[in-house]
Amino acid sequence: MNAMAATVRMAPVRQRVPRSERVAQLGLLGVVLLLGVGLVAPLLLILSKALDAPEGAAGSGLGAFGAYLASPALLTSLWNSIWVSLLVTAIVLPLAFTFAYALTRSCMRGKGLLRTVMLLPLLAPSLLSAISLIYWFGNQGVAKDFWLALGFDGIYGAPGIVLAECFAVFPHVLMILVTALSLADARLYEAADALGTGTVRKFLTITLPGAKYGLISAGLVCFTLVITDFGIPKVVGGNFNVLATDVFKLVIGQHDFQRGAVVALLLLAPALLTFAIDGWVQRKQTATLTARAVALVPRRARGFDAAMALYCLAIAALVLGMFGMAVFASFATLWPYNLAPGLNHYVSGLVDAELADALLNSLQLAACTAVIGTAVVFIGAYLLEKTRGLALLRPVVRLMAMLPMAVPGLVLGLGYIFFFNAPGNPLGGLYQTLPLMVLCTVVHFYTTGHLTVVTALKALDAEFEAVSASLKVPLYKTFWRVTLPICLPVLLDVSRYFFINAMTTISAVVFLYSPDTKLASVAILNLDEAGETGQAAAMAVLIAATSAVVTLLYLGLGRLVDRRTQVWRAPAR
Amino acid sequence: MDDAYLALRGIHKSFGAFTALESLDLSIRKGEFVCFLGPSGCGKTTLLRIIAGLETQTAGAIVQAGRDISTAPPAERDYGIMFQSYALFPNLTVAQNVAYGLVNGRQPRARIAARVDELLQLVGLGASHAKYPAQLSGGQQQRVALARALATSPGLLLLDEPLSALDATVRVHLRNELRALQRRLGVTTIMVTHDQEEALSVADRIVVMNHGVIEQVGTPLQVYREPASPFVADFVGKVNRLQAVAEGGHWFRCGDKRLHCAPQAGADFRPGSPVALYLRPEDRVVGTAAADDPLHCAGTVRHIEFLGGNCLAEVDVEGLAGQPLHLQYSLNQMDEFGVREGARVSFALRADRLRVFPAGAAA
Repeated sequence: MNAMAATVRMAPVRQRVPRSERVAQLGLLGVVLLLGVGLVAPLLLILSKALDAPEGAAGSGLGAFGAYLASPALLTSLWNSIWVSLLVTAIVLPLAFTFAYALTRSCMRGKGLLRTVMLLPLLAPSLLSAISLIYWFGNQGVAKDFWLALGFDGIYGAPGIVLAECFAVFPHVLMILVTALSLADARLYEAADALGTGTVRKFLTITLPGAKYGLISAGLVCFTLVITDFGIPKVVGGNFNVLATDVFKLVIGQHDFQRGAVVALLLLAPALLTFAIDGWVQRKQTATLTARAVALVPRRARGFDAAMALYCLAIAALVLGMFGMAVFASFATLWPYNLAPGLNHYVSGLVDAELADALLNSLQLAACTAVIGTAVVFIGAYLLEKTRGLALLRPVVRLMAMLPMAVPGLVLGLGYIFFFNAPGNPLGGLYQTLPLMVLCTVVHFYTTGHLTVVTALKALDAEFEAVSASLKVPLYKTFWRVTLPICLPVLLDVSRYFFINAMTTISAVVFLYSPDTKLASVAILNLDEAGETGQAAAMAVLIAATSAVVTLLYLGLGRLVDRRTQVWRAPAR
Repeated sequence: MDDAYLALRGIHKSFGAFTALESLDLSIRKGEFVCFLGPSGCGKTTLLRIIAGLETQTAGAIVQAGRDISTAPPAERDYGIMFQSYALFPNLTVAQNVAYGLVNGRQPRARIAARVDELLQLVGLGASHAKYPAQLSGGQQQRVALARALATSPGLLLLDEPLSALDATVRVHLRNELRALQRRLGVTTIMVTHDQEEALSVADRIVVMNHGVIEQVGTPLQVYREPASPFVADFVGKVNRLQAVAEGGHWFRCGDKRLHCAPQAGADFRPGSPVALYLRPEDRVVGTAAADDPLHCAGTVRHIEFLGGNCLAEVDVEGLAGQPLHLQYSLNQMDEFGVREGARVSFALRADRLRVFPAGAAA
């Protein structure tokens, strides 16, 4: 009797779960399943593949793993990857910081325009800068002599990679630093002024510490982007081996999947490290910023503003020069002999090389990713943040949603080969089809979308769902009438992000296409390899143009949505 | 217990090793206005959320209007709720917010519109139908939230610190309106607050909580006049705390003085045991007490704190070395009896108002 009373007391009371909540929990399980199939399973297979004993070899898998790790070829690539990434980070970080400082802390004119110009490269695949570089400084480049006079042997190799990467990662780093620097508390500067603090000391004691976490974050992102990028080293790397190109050569060239998996694991390591450090940084940063902070408004200072404007113009000119060269070259009739503008490359590329199909495939992929990705991310984040139950599963979903940020596209794509091409996998029919590429792209860019939506959802009052329940209004109704309309602008942003990235991505899908599902971004790579640099440039420009048009469409749509659903934001008493 | 509209039986809540609520029992009558009062972290909000079904108790039962709702999800309980943040839907107009729970009931449009009108009139917002919440002041938003919570005519109204986001003057105004409205509608109401003045002014009964335990349940006057514990005495209103020693027969020695307390002021203590005597600043008689009255005191004003209509004088009392008393004087009394810093004052303690607690049980 006593024992029974004790057990009755021990078992905690449980609330009955209404049906709507069960549906929500099922939905959350669906998200787990999706990320499990699209992310966790492929990653696990890479691990198991890397530890597999090579075919015909007597030794254990682990032994082969160790032996390959110690091989000189791999060590050279590893060292190359690391020093190139470090060098790019060291160059880009101060340059981008100065630019971000000018955008946030000076009163120079044309900030919006400068910012737009700097973000232009995001519209095209990152290897566009490598193609431009070839036109500038390559064997037939317009400024080849200048490049040689600087003491370099040629553009192919480490110098080319470093230069091209600098242009490619600059916008990413700039965005992070602008965010970090715009989160300034004016009260700190006022207190420093009241104490008679000098400009340099204010910079060193307030500005730099305030942007510290942004700088760390930007540095980590820069390093990871460079070390995992594969388009640029492929185009302009020459015989200079890095880890990312090694994976490609091993898997596509030599069909050595086991070694490919080993290198992929190596690529995963710095990214995972970055991920861990970044998570730590994010936690620190939210702790230092209070809601009471007063926004800093920069004050005019003629000399400083002029110097900043000059600097920004110089950088923007370099970016435009880089971007513009690819556009110019794509229209040149026969580089470098006949520079008269013409549509040769476009016509021959689209008609003869059947690239129109590739472009259509890309558009299809981007559209599907934009719609499906946004829906999955939003519903996943909503179920995670605004529903109850399954308490143990929620941290797992959170981790799974953050993980894609740490997984380089190449690694993800390789994992897809292992998982979906494995004999006996019932999902094997998806291999090399568009749906699989959509899944891969959605998962690849999941984290940014997820974080954006979570931020928007967290800004909503946490008690909307409780109020609805007290009023006997079902969950889905509040979702439809309140949550969704409020979040619509954010959803448009996320959807645009998915679209642009699906248009420009190469790294993951390069392992997944078939001749029928070839993508425009991948076609650039093949054209370049075939020596058709002009057509490659034309293709890159077409992608950038598509992205630009779509961005403008999104802006128009955004205006419309604002007018329809966001009237309540403008307070007019 | 039988006429209880809402009964909580053995409500217990723990988060891992931390115990938030310790086996609470409470019953609330129909139409009653009850305040849960306590410092932050005392468990009052947790208790409210358990009643609402937003959290689930670890053990214990809740019965509302004869129905056991211990395991019912929020949507299957009968209450309206208003949060500190109001949680108004920002993209819906005032009228849409108020009608939010009505639209669900398949009523004709005209009836819904009429009900919204009625509710907005009730809370004094007759002309704000088409505005969005962002266009209203904090006080107006609070009224909209109240109207929305009342729209479905719930049997129970739950208010979670409804006034704490408002300015002091608006707060006093609105709490009186809230009280009047509750009286008019007769809806059973539970309000969570940390503001003792608010609780004293609106509640029929106050539930004083601390560290997950109910310290006292009583009318505002009971809680103020007859605090059940040192914590309640300290938390509700201002109080003087005097160290004393029991002498038996409800006699206590405090400094050089002997005080006799009313028998209902607390248990009798064994002679020699240390106790603490609690006395409100206003529980003294000024002026007329004879010098040979054992309760007569004289002292010097050390410091005066100006509080508006009243002042609080800190007095060094002869025979109570090291235990200065805080006494309350109205502004007129200050003039009448010449109370100023450094002046001598005389008064008599109201021993009938003394409360006695064991010395160790200090809050």
